[in-house]
Amino acid sequence: MAPAVPRSGDAIFANVERVNAELFTLTYGAIVRQLLTDLEEVEEVNKQLDQMGYNIGIRLIDEFLAKSNVTRCVDFRETAEVIAKVGFKMFLGVTASVTNWDVEGTCCSLILEDNPLVDFVELPDTCQGLYYCNILSGVVRGALEMVSMKTEVTWVRDMLRGDDAFELQVKLLKQVPEEYPYKDDE
Amino acid sequence: SSEISPSPPLPTASGNNAHMMYVFNRNGVCLLYREWNRPLRTLDSNQDHKLMFGLLFSLKSLTAKMDPSSVEKGNLGVPQLPGQGCSFHSFRTNTYKLSFMESPSGIKIILVTHPKASDLRESLKYIYNLYVEYVVKNPLYTPGTPIKAVRLWEFQSLRLFEGWRRRRTRERPIKSKGKEALTKLH
Repeated sequence: MAPAVPRSGDAIFANVERVNAELFTLTYGAIVRQLLTDLEEVEEVNKQLDQMGYNIGIRLIDEFLAKSNVTRCVDFRETAEVIAKVGFKMFLGVTASVTNWDVEGTCCSLILEDNPLVDFVELPDTCQGLYYCNILSGVVRGALEMVSMKTEVTWVRDMLRGDDAFELQVKLLKQVPEEYPYKDDE
Repeated sequence: SSEISPSPPLPTASGNNAHMMYVFNRNGVCLLYREWNRPLRTLDSNQDHKLMFGLLFSLKSLTAKMDPSSVEKGNLGVPQLPGQGCSFHSFRTNTYKLSFMESPSGIKIILVTHPKASDLRESLKYIYNLYVEYVVKNPLYTPGTPIKAVRLWEFQSLRLFEGWRRRRTRERPIKSKGKEALTKLH
């Protein structure tokens, strides 16, 4: 039998290598700042952050799987719980809650009350359209794609825009079955 | 410089001569192939890799189909979702044993050893952790391509195998052996 999926990432978090939280926050801030300077358009920065997150996600999934010993999730509900409780804890040091399920169980929201990325951050008037944490949506999308789940990840609420929490909507579009990769005539 | 060590301890399972090791990704790309002891080669390496991947793919499908404990099986040959169905972890013939591990992200690690080798699941997990530390985390590595910058990783893996071999045959100490193998490979 496959071992039970861990319900919390506390034990793993205690064992992984960590960096100083402020260093992390400020480094991320510097990256966003630099992107704003380089790309000028806020929309472009959103895209770039999402792409960077995606590139992180497709690598990060293996570290997650190797260290958490998660072998499989029965359904998307369990997947969402594992991301919120184990994944976020392991890599960000915080946990999220999962709510707002739709009837089919393919769309839900991850809610972050505490987000280390945004300490010390305030959006100036010129950056109102910026999704400052857009890297996170990219990470989730990239990581899920590597376990064959095509998803759409969007921000619903953002504290930097005056909302009371960070809400990330994750929508499962398609689960890709495993196919034999070679053609017969090769 | 200090050596980075992946979190899990070196497995203690007493092993045996390792013949070959393969690492595949989901798309059937052979990320890494190494052999230590393989007197007979009948196919070119490309065909050999495809044969191995195909064997595992079919065997997985067959084992899931034969599973007496599960109701939902689907049809033989019909693609499964990752994590669906049961999975095998080794088979043994009179001349070799093949140990197999697959992560939900589609990374397959295969070890072909002496038929008397013990349960190598811990070792495979250990190799997966090495893959995470030395390959996935290498910023110069492009995901999905054959692994080229293998020095550190390979050294660690070699250490694992040389350790086994030494225990069995009391060969020379592992340090010089590892280095020798490395220079041969590069």
